[in-house]
Amino acid sequence: MGRAALHCRFQAELFRQIRRVMVSVGVCVGLATIISGWHLDARAAEPQGRRSATLDLSRDTRAMQDDDSLNPATFWRLDGEALWRERVGHANRSCASCHGEAPDAMKGVAVQFPKMVAGQLLNLEGQINRCRSMRQGATRFAFESNPLLSMAIFIGAQSRGLPIAPARPMDPVIPVPTLPQSTPLVNAEIHSDSAWKSLLETGRALYTRRMGQLNLACVHCHDERAGARLGGNLIPQAHPTGYPIYRLEWNAVGSLQRRLRNCMIGVRAEPFAFGAPELVQLELYLMERARGMDLETPAVRP
Amino acid sequence: MSLPLRLLLTVPRSARRGEIIEVRALAQHAMENGLRHDQNGQVVPRDLLRQVTFLYNGTEVFRADLHTGVAANPLIQFNTIATESGVLTVIWKDDEGRDAQTSSRIEVS
Repeated sequence: MGRAALHCRFQAELFRQIRRVMVSVGVCVGLATIISGWHLDARAAEPQGRRSATLDLSRDTRAMQDDDSLNPATFWRLDGEALWRERVGHANRSCASCHGEAPDAMKGVAVQFPKMVAGQLLNLEGQINRCRSMRQGATRFAFESNPLLSMAIFIGAQSRGLPIAPARPMDPVIPVPTLPQSTPLVNAEIHSDSAWKSLLETGRALYTRRMGQLNLACVHCHDERAGARLGGNLIPQAHPTGYPIYRLEWNAVGSLQRRLRNCMIGVRAEPFAFGAPELVQLELYLMERARGMDLETPAVRP
Repeated sequence: MSLPLRLLLTVPRSARRGEIIEVRALAQHAMENGLRHDQNGQVVPRDLLRQVTFLYNGTEVFRADLHTGVAANPLIQFNTIATESGVLTVIWKDDEGRDAQTSSRIEVS
């Protein structure tokens, strides 16, 4: 019964998505018509004062975000807490077996992602799955699956209110809790300044690259038109301060990658697949752009 | 139907007699309205919470009928007067009359 309900929700979600795309395409066609006449420069002109979209929420939505007893993402957070203690895989280990209690061990962890792990740029979801396959010997969670989102919310919530600070190679190494195997977590060879900077640059390039049939880049809306309205909705500055978010339009929790893919579909581009390196690089650029802003996971967005 | 339902009931732990208290209940539910179609053109079966009832020491203090216009993961919030120490219970009924409930204690001095 549970699976059937989940299936229905999935389909329902797809339908909402399609309807949304049809609406946003209509809106974007209008926007593109206006923009094409203006010969925009695609170089990122960052907004004057950085502003979390939380400040632009309605009073009721803000109350939902700030109060755990109103925030529907609480259900996912509680699921994540249960998963944190669940022993799984060949290793019969839970997250807690290695890391200990989450409020201590995971405080300040989520703000560091995406970061280089063993020569690979991983976001928080990627790191969760890496731990699952390497340390626990369990199957990886599927992208956008409830358990993965729940874990990401639970871990993210431990860093609520801390400044976003994606880990840079030049930063001092943050001590990792005792791990059962002495596998090095960081590949010093690739974990170099230049490799990290080039990934960040790729992310920035993606942010400013025109894409899709509407031929728009992120920068056109989220830097140059931030604060204006698109189809009655406020265009935010695109600081990913609260992911995974509970989005009222989705009636559910979703990751930053889902949101990025949403925008790509909106400009009629072929979205990158979940977990694609391009999406993680874009995440890195966005988090670097939001460096110093407070993490608000799990945020509520309209 | 995804029962057993996930419920969060928020009631102040303690209150003075006669004080106005706020009661909140949040449910995790898809609230499928039965009007939409899936990718294959099949109607997605209706799956709604139809009624939510709050009992204060067994006495009904609030009841609401929910319909197709209510979004997923509904939140119900209301005020009542703290009269005596006891238990506040929320009962949600779905389309097929099945119910789920959760309770919370309040101390009134």
